[in-house]
Amino acid sequence: MASAQTQLIEGLNALDAGLILLTAFGMVATRQVQGVMRFFIVQSIFLAISAFLIGFNRGSIHLIALGVITIGAKAIAIPLVLKRTLPNDLYERREINQVINIPSSLLLALLLAIAAEFLVGPLVSVSTDPVVHVNLPIGLAGILIGAYSLVARREAIPQLVGILAMENGAFFAGVAIASDLPLIAEFAIAIDVILIAVVIGVLTRDITRTVGTTEAATMSELKEEPYEWR
Amino acid sequence: MALMVTVSLPLLAALLCWIKPFRAFAWVLTVVCLTLSFALAIFTASRVLADGIVIGIARWFEADGLSVLVILLVSFVCGLAAIFAGGYMHHGSQQTTRLWWFYCNYNLLAFALIIVPAFASPNLVWVGVELITLFAILLVGFENTPTALEAAWKYAILTLMGAPISLLGFFVLYWAYHISGGGTVETWRGLYAAASTMPPNLLKFSFLLVFVGFGAKVGLAPMHTWLPDAHSQAPTPICAVLSGIKTSVPLYAILRLLSVILASPEARIGNWMVVIGLFSVGIAAFLLFQVRDYKRMFAYSTVEHMGIILTAAGFATRGGESGAVAQLMNHSITKSLCFYTAGAVLVVLGTRQIREVRGLFRLSPFAGGALLLCSLAIAGAPPFPIFLSEFSILSAGLRSGHNAAVIVLAILIVLAFIAIFLQINRMLFGNPEPASTRVPLPASVKTAILIAAAPVVVLGVYIPGPVHSLMTLAAQQLGGH
Repeated sequence: MASAQTQLIEGLNALDAGLILLTAFGMVATRQVQGVMRFFIVQSIFLAISAFLIGFNRGSIHLIALGVITIGAKAIAIPLVLKRTLPNDLYERREINQVINIPSSLLLALLLAIAAEFLVGPLVSVSTDPVVHVNLPIGLAGILIGAYSLVARREAIPQLVGILAMENGAFFAGVAIASDLPLIAEFAIAIDVILIAVVIGVLTRDITRTVGTTEAATMSELKEEPYEWR
Repeated sequence: MALMVTVSLPLLAALLCWIKPFRAFAWVLTVVCLTLSFALAIFTASRVLADGIVIGIARWFEADGLSVLVILLVSFVCGLAAIFAGGYMHHGSQQTTRLWWFYCNYNLLAFALIIVPAFASPNLVWVGVELITLFAILLVGFENTPTALEAAWKYAILTLMGAPISLLGFFVLYWAYHISGGGTVETWRGLYAAASTMPPNLLKFSFLLVFVGFGAKVGLAPMHTWLPDAHSQAPTPICAVLSGIKTSVPLYAILRLLSVILASPEARIGNWMVVIGLFSVGIAAFLLFQVRDYKRMFAYSTVEHMGIILTAAGFATRGGESGAVAQLMNHSITKSLCFYTAGAVLVVLGTRQIREVRGLFRLSPFAGGALLLCSLAIAGAPPFPIFLSEFSILSAGLRSGHNAAVIVLAILIVLAFIAIFLQINRMLFGNPEPASTRVPLPASVKTAILIAAAPVVVLGVYIPGPVHSLMTLAAQQLGGH
């Protein structure tokens, strides 16, 4: 009976992992700033669900608490903070000129996910826990896809969401491999994530006011030019 | 107890600067708190020399020789930069109404910097390093000009991108520690003890992730591109902190982890560190010829020094470790002096362009003399401390059989030396442009330069006994002994 329950939970966790990967693809495929933000919130909730499932399975209070912290910080606090610091019209923007168009981006994201699976292949063999076999590759894929969208995006908020999505990926791997991390560390990490949103939010606001654009990638005044020796 | 007070004083200062009635005295509060913190750090260091380790809260806050050396450097650089900021910010900043906010944020940065070496747990070290990055972002963009904001944005994106990568690295480290049968709370000491039983594959993977994530914050090539931008656009006291100590603290975390990895018999990565370190030194040495902005010049010299420290640690011998520790210390004290001097030149002439500075010796003998002194010191001319530590690193490399690396390193160091002197030469000598207006230097700027110059001059010819034993202790701990 207990093993059937364990299997069910592991199955649900695998389903959850698939959904996390799908939301990562969704972030790559969305042009609207608001849409990217929504995908991020959904992804954070899936992350919390995975923490609840594994926490229930292993009887770990830490993971349940981590799930609650995740929802509080990433699904509630961060969107609120950004709403407060940033003018509304930033959310209604669409990104017109992306560095790489969306179909190619999705293809690249898929390749990154496959690469993640191969990268951690030799590592997960040290554990027999099926949860580790699911979470570590998907978590790494989340990090890689987040990093890719950070490079490919031009608007400030999607870049911020890219960083936060990378953080989600790291945590998705973390809930499986470091499940009894001291709670204070988890709490500190959550505060850190909110601070990232605050600082980037304030910086984006300053940039909009002073420079008048949020296409951060267009700022390129600072660079090294060859010195003419006289 | 002294350790806890040392690390919490900057936080107290930040709180005080934030309270409305105290805002007018933000500078005085900052200087007093950070100076007290430095005094207490000296006391803590003396306790470490007596007992080997000082424990604030067991398994959370502990300081051994290496930690306390970094704490000393942080409080020294942050305290002096605060003194320097007094005259400089009132004179040179366009944002004088927001100065209380500047000092508040500055103290938070100092707090994050000083707490990282005091943490005994690697996971908390990650949190601390991220806090450093975050508190520095708004300070880099403090002047609110388009270029300052651009620099802040580049810095934010490039270094925050490293955060989740290194976070996964620390999770994997914790996992490896757990598999080897460690307890629930990992500490650096626990990691050394467990290093030989941890799965080497996991250790290497974790180190790779942490190295990529933190390497971006250290400014190792090819992730160094934010560094010259941030260091040229930030207010000068922030540059001194960023260049002098903010790059060294994540490097401290990398070196700590490296010594754990090197303690594991199967994970041989020392030579990789040598190669990556040399790559940074090389990139910096060639870019030093290209710079037009003297603050960027000192920034590239930071990339060079970080590479040298990593190379020395990669030799993985006693000599390499003590060289790395000495270079870490000498870099901090010398590079902060460089930026105070650069700030003084900026105050006197109001330009950052090298070619617009001519005949500095005639315009301001004080700034000119300081610039000559600090450039000699940072480029590694004898008899300054950096010469000694670079020399000991080169000889350590020869002794451990890294002959090719030593030859390359020596050539690159000489190249960087030549580049710095070609640039400095143009600034110091010649006839000043007659129309240029000169501004007298504020007293706090002169004071900071004089205090900062003292250890740079003294440590090259005479290392006091306690400092020497602290460096020896730190080098031993870097080797995991």
